[in-house]
Amino acid sequence: MAKVPVQFTLNGSEKAEFVESGTTLLNTLRDKIGDTSPKGGCQQGTCGACSVIVDGELRLSCLTLAETCNGVAITTTSGLAEGGVLHPLQRAFLDTFATQCGFCTPGMIMAAKVLLDHTPNPSREDVVEALSGNICRCTGYEPIIQAVLTAARANSQNAA
Amino acid sequence: MELRKSYFADVRKDDLHEIGQPRPRSDSPGHVTGKTAYFADHNFPGMLHLKMVRSPHHHARIRSIDTSEAEKHPGVVRVLTARDVPHNVYTILILIQIGPEDETVLADGKVRWKGEAVVAVLAETERAAQEAAAKVKVDYEVLPAVFDMEEALKPGAPIVNEYHGQNYYLYDSGECRKVRFGDVEAGFAEADHVLEQSYQSSPIEHAPTETTGCVVMPEGNDRFTCYTNTQAMFFTLDNTSIILQMPGSKLHFVGGTVGGGFGGKVDVIVEPIAILGAKLTGRPVSFIYSREEEMQISSPRAAEKVVIKDGVMKDGRIVARKVTGYTDAGAYSRHSPYGAQKGAGHYPGPYTIPNVWIDTYCVYTNRTPSSAMRGFGVTIGDFALEVQMDKLARLIGMDPLEFRFINAYRDGDMKAHRQPTEGAALIECMQEASRAANWPVAEKFMAMSSYKKGA
Repeated sequence: MAKVPVQFTLNGSEKAEFVESGTTLLNTLRDKIGDTSPKGGCQQGTCGACSVIVDGELRLSCLTLAETCNGVAITTTSGLAEGGVLHPLQRAFLDTFATQCGFCTPGMIMAAKVLLDHTPNPSREDVVEALSGNICRCTGYEPIIQAVLTAARANSQNAA
Repeated sequence: MELRKSYFADVRKDDLHEIGQPRPRSDSPGHVTGKTAYFADHNFPGMLHLKMVRSPHHHARIRSIDTSEAEKHPGVVRVLTARDVPHNVYTILILIQIGPEDETVLADGKVRWKGEAVVAVLAETERAAQEAAAKVKVDYEVLPAVFDMEEALKPGAPIVNEYHGQNYYLYDSGECRKVRFGDVEAGFAEADHVLEQSYQSSPIEHAPTETTGCVVMPEGNDRFTCYTNTQAMFFTLDNTSIILQMPGSKLHFVGGTVGGGFGGKVDVIVEPIAILGAKLTGRPVSFIYSREEEMQISSPRAAEKVVIKDGVMKDGRIVARKVTGYTDAGAYSRHSPYGAQKGAGHYPGPYTIPNVWIDTYCVYTNRTPSSAMRGFGVTIGDFALEVQMDKLARLIGMDPLEFRFINAYRDGDMKAHRQPTEGAALIECMQEASRAANWPVAEKFMAMSSYKKGA
């Protein structure tokens, strides 16, 4: 099958790959580029484990074709820590025990980051709404909601 | 948080200094940075993808299997059927001498549930494997199926699993696990009231976010490294060793990182066939359940039916309890004979009852094989027992919490299965629950203790 070129930045680095037409962004990131932080939980856009940020917006990488991603900027959870310093969301997920098996965590952090980028001081309802596309089977969600609210407070204190 | 260090002070060496202290989880830094390596994060050049051809019927004889078209499909490397599996008929608990072997890795002559694995296709891409799997032709003669446990136990019901010969697991105690304690009929005769109720549950799927699967790498030294999300590492290794007739020293299992299990990943399902595929092709193999397979194929919590008959006195004492429990194993044993047995020991509940009679059946039906899930064998039983307790309390006009104090087991009480009660603490838990829930009970219950002075 004919392969198509695709070029984008991933966490600030230039990437270029040839992919089979129809290949998902999820498989391209995981199998071609080797960034396994987005997870394949359902491959049908219902669990949110594959969530990544494309040009500032939350996207389900299992439903996004790689060939539609030319020229975009992609952020994944593996690229959030800078110089070994955890992002406030990563710190908050650690501190509030918001991870158990960890499989949903990268997707949760992506969804939370897009929320905080747009809404720095979210209400609890904002957080619940922002995470509503991400399934967690371990925690019962409450520690995750607390983690996002904790990170938002940490951000606003740093900004003040 | 308030800690009552007086409880169990005589058996405890530490000072409970860890309780209430947050300690970082060792795996969380990997989770929040996306660095935790799950089995599917291992990807090897030249890796083949395995897809399973599954039975569309609940019960059928296989007349013939034609894999010729699938083998010709572009990208297909190997097609596996029952005759490729060295020891095709197995059962997980054979490791602890619970037989007979009753389940096929790949169906041989018959399928016993809808979704049963029949043919494995290995191809260069997932898509090629999927397309080729659709080209496998299996000629079935559909047989009558049975889906209800009580129907399955009736004479003349279709036999689900010939390795058992009857639709129940044959324990050394006979057709069911039995507990006999005191004289249950005498208890019913003396009781002020007798209440018989039945309770039942449907199968429950664990639905982990990470589906069941494994990735296998054939190593240069004739060993196989299997990256897996099994929850039962050595059960899986040892059963794989039996199924593939391969010494355990040839198998290197890497795991322990599970993207949600809840008991649903204790069966030995993906590893043996994936390792066989790697052995026969010399290539790395990936076998990962789709979400649909996870929902339809992976074993759920068993459906159960529990019939409870209790004799109770007006003063609140339960004087007799008779329980008949049914565990729906589906078509194969897996862990269900153990689950049903556990129920037999558990059904008196945390209560001291002088006359107990329990029968628990592990029943075979043409449903998806069930297996472990969080407290399997007792969780549904607890639902039934505690609903029954509330009904009994209502029947005699007693507060449901006080009713439980009256019947609570205490240290030294003999349980129906002949284990003396130790470290019960039920009364202390209920006293705390009474305070926390603001559900007051009479002072005499708040003064009770699980310890029996002088006992």
